[in-house]
Amino acid sequence: MNAVHLNENLSRFTELGIYAAMLFYAAAFVVMSMNLARASSEKSKIRATAGKLETAGVWLIIIAVFFQGIGVIGRGIAVQRVPWANMYEFTITSTFVAVAIYAIAQVFRKDIRFIGVLISGFVTLALGLATTLWYVEAKTLMPALQSYWLLIHVTVAILATAFFNIAAALSIAYLFKTAQWVKEPTKKLGKNKLFKTFKRVLGLFPTEEKLEQTSYRFNIIGFILWSFTLIAGAIWAERAWHRYWGWDTKEVWTFIIWTIYAGYLHANATRGWHGKRSAWLVVVGFGAILFNFTIVNLFFKGLHVYSGLK
Amino acid sequence: MATTSRRSKATPKVEYTGKVAAKVATGTAATGRPEDYVGAPESKAPINQPVLGVVGWLRWIWRQLTSMRTALILLLMLAAAAIPGSIYPQRSADPNGVTTFFQQNPTSAPVMDKFQLFDVYSSSWFSAIYILLFISLIGCVLPRIAVHYRALFMPPAATPSNLKRMPAHTEVELSAKRLAKVLDAAEQLLKQQRYRVERNATSVAAERGYWRETGNLIFHVALVGLLIAVGFGGAYSYSGQRVLVEGDTFVNNLAGYDSFSPGIAFNENMLPAFSATLKRFDVRYDITNRSNSGTPLSFKAYVDIRERGSAKVQHKTIQVNEPAEVPNAKVYLTGNGYAPVITIRDGKGNIAYSGPVVYLPQDSNMTSLGVIKVPDAKPKQFGILSFFYPTAGKLKSGAYTSVFPANANPLVTMNVYQGNLGLDAGIPSNAFSLAVHGLNQLTGGKTGVKSIELRLGQTAQLPAGLGSVKFESLRRYASLDIDYNPGQFWVLIFALLALGGLIMSLVIPRRRVWVKINEASFEVAALARGDDPMLERVVSSVSQQLAAKAVKGKKDTK
Repeated sequence: MNAVHLNENLSRFTELGIYAAMLFYAAAFVVMSMNLARASSEKSKIRATAGKLETAGVWLIIIAVFFQGIGVIGRGIAVQRVPWANMYEFTITSTFVAVAIYAIAQVFRKDIRFIGVLISGFVTLALGLATTLWYVEAKTLMPALQSYWLLIHVTVAILATAFFNIAAALSIAYLFKTAQWVKEPTKKLGKNKLFKTFKRVLGLFPTEEKLEQTSYRFNIIGFILWSFTLIAGAIWAERAWHRYWGWDTKEVWTFIIWTIYAGYLHANATRGWHGKRSAWLVVVGFGAILFNFTIVNLFFKGLHVYSGLK
Repeated sequence: MATTSRRSKATPKVEYTGKVAAKVATGTAATGRPEDYVGAPESKAPINQPVLGVVGWLRWIWRQLTSMRTALILLLMLAAAAIPGSIYPQRSADPNGVTTFFQQNPTSAPVMDKFQLFDVYSSSWFSAIYILLFISLIGCVLPRIAVHYRALFMPPAATPSNLKRMPAHTEVELSAKRLAKVLDAAEQLLKQQRYRVERNATSVAAERGYWRETGNLIFHVALVGLLIAVGFGGAYSYSGQRVLVEGDTFVNNLAGYDSFSPGIAFNENMLPAFSATLKRFDVRYDITNRSNSGTPLSFKAYVDIRERGSAKVQHKTIQVNEPAEVPNAKVYLTGNGYAPVITIRDGKGNIAYSGPVVYLPQDSNMTSLGVIKVPDAKPKQFGILSFFYPTAGKLKSGAYTSVFPANANPLVTMNVYQGNLGLDAGIPSNAFSLAVHGLNQLTGGKTGVKSIELRLGQTAQLPAGLGSVKFESLRRYASLDIDYNPGQFWVLIFALLALGGLIMSLVIPRRRVWVKINEASFEVAALARGDDPMLERVVSSVSQQLAAKAVKGKKDTK
């Protein structure tokens, strides 16, 4: 690799975009929570105001993703390469892609707008971790990462994660909606005011059938992309690490995640396993993805040591 | 007038099995699918269950093994069984980690080893799960291949009597004259849309999306191919490691390797005859960007390769992502470090050691640890534990550390240990470690004697009249990996086939469409196997087009 001039000033300046995005995500989270509370109100006057809040929430998310885009692209220009070579960069880029997919999808499917509250909350948290615990300054690529496979393998991994992320949000909504303690609460719980509000919020979500179906569709796209990530990773590993598969900790977890989602696809076609049980598998699968990205990256020994943290 | 009805919860769910097809027998024998597939008829246990014989039991076990639920549970077990391999060090990926684990957990490690927790992915329990999974897969897929093959040559399932029970259904009222045109139009329209079409007096039955099941079967068969390619490739593969100092030559035979792991079917004749000389090793570190200072920008090993029987010397540059190709093998760059050239004279003035010493890097600034064993020194043998600092700097405590990975201010420090090194007993020992237990430390640490410090070209006297040591010059070394795996091409082919099959099986909709004429109306209904987001839209669009055509056709004939 030739000498690279890292534009540290640009990098630091565009980081402000990430901070601005966090602010707007947090605002969107608050507004969309308020929207859910209002939309579930018993008084029709209050319910009528909810639609406006939802639109406001969506706009706040769109403004946030715009600022985040400045942060992501600015980082890429500052380091003159793809902005996903360490944990900080992977987090800002992958959450950017997830939100962008949400922002586009909600144009066509108005009924998924409500998961904006889950997405904005999750992204605020993820960016908070990225800018504090996982932050690294502008760096060049280490020789092992100097390959066009960084573009292919990681781009597809980011997309897969984004689709799994949205599907997990839908499945969590499904599980709350179908939970026994929600459907048939005990007398004491049934009279609880908070529980009543909660139940009305759930009532706003799409039907159980719709939630399950939409989650499935996001998951199959995620699964195809994840399979591609795995194959692309193996091709790259053959070039960089002299073997296509070596049960490195990250490879192990990629395999585990693939196997869980393969189980999910089977569960969808197995009597007695579709519905709640397969929704739980989606939650377990996405849990494994989060585990793979955080605990495995930071604490497990392996070859994928790209967090950039010491 | 069109009325679209979505199947209500109360009506029994119609599913995509052979049941709706009059020509096909009912049940799973017709679909080839496991009995617990969604949509398979509920099993009706016979009231007078006969006593199962041996064959009966075997059949029962086989049916259990090839059921969807078993496949699902085996998949989840496989996922769970893979976890310990990411927690505990594995011999295949991290042999040094296993050694360290044994040292730190002397009581529990041997017990864990009994359960193969350091060889998870070749363990009997992990193997048992995936072998069962693959048997289940084969047992599930084989009958489905036969059924699907037959289905490819069969007409679509005949129109069921009650189309209202289908998940998507529409009825359009039309006059009798117009109705006469509907079946012609339906046959033509559905053929245009690449449905397979069968027509009788009152209805048209159509089916499409056979590639969905084809893709599904390709996916599963490709997984079996993948497993075979992995096994075959592993048996005939080898992987050898060699540390090569600048100027040194490696000849490709078993004796030339520092470590070597062959597959079970390996023999030495498989090693291609070539030699490789490391002419130079270049590392470039970033020195211009403040936040990035000291980060390696590139590693380049300039290697001359000579194949046997060829006078030509091939000049190759090996980098981390760019291995060199030799016939039947690839040469990879996997590591690098410093190799100071050290000369040791013993107490009698004879040369006891002379040559480059490979130092193993300990941190990102290349503080490196080296070991020199001098068993032939007279009068007494001794060993040296040594550090190398490419750019030496002093910590507040007075200890040295390297402050930059390039060699701007090279320094070697040494601690000398005298005593029996244990090399004469013939027991193989690790060249990179010195077992100091039982040896007498002469410099550094608590001895009160300062450690030996050598700058480039300097000579120092060893304590106790052991002799002298000189830091002659500095070279670099490269860790090379020579690998061969004949299966990996096929692994890739099968993996891509599996991916292609997977995409087909998930995104191509398999759908049956029926058009039926009644006395004063026609009906359109559709049924999907698996998820089909377009089902209702197909029904409404087909019915609208047919109604339009029937009306238009009437006008034309006027």
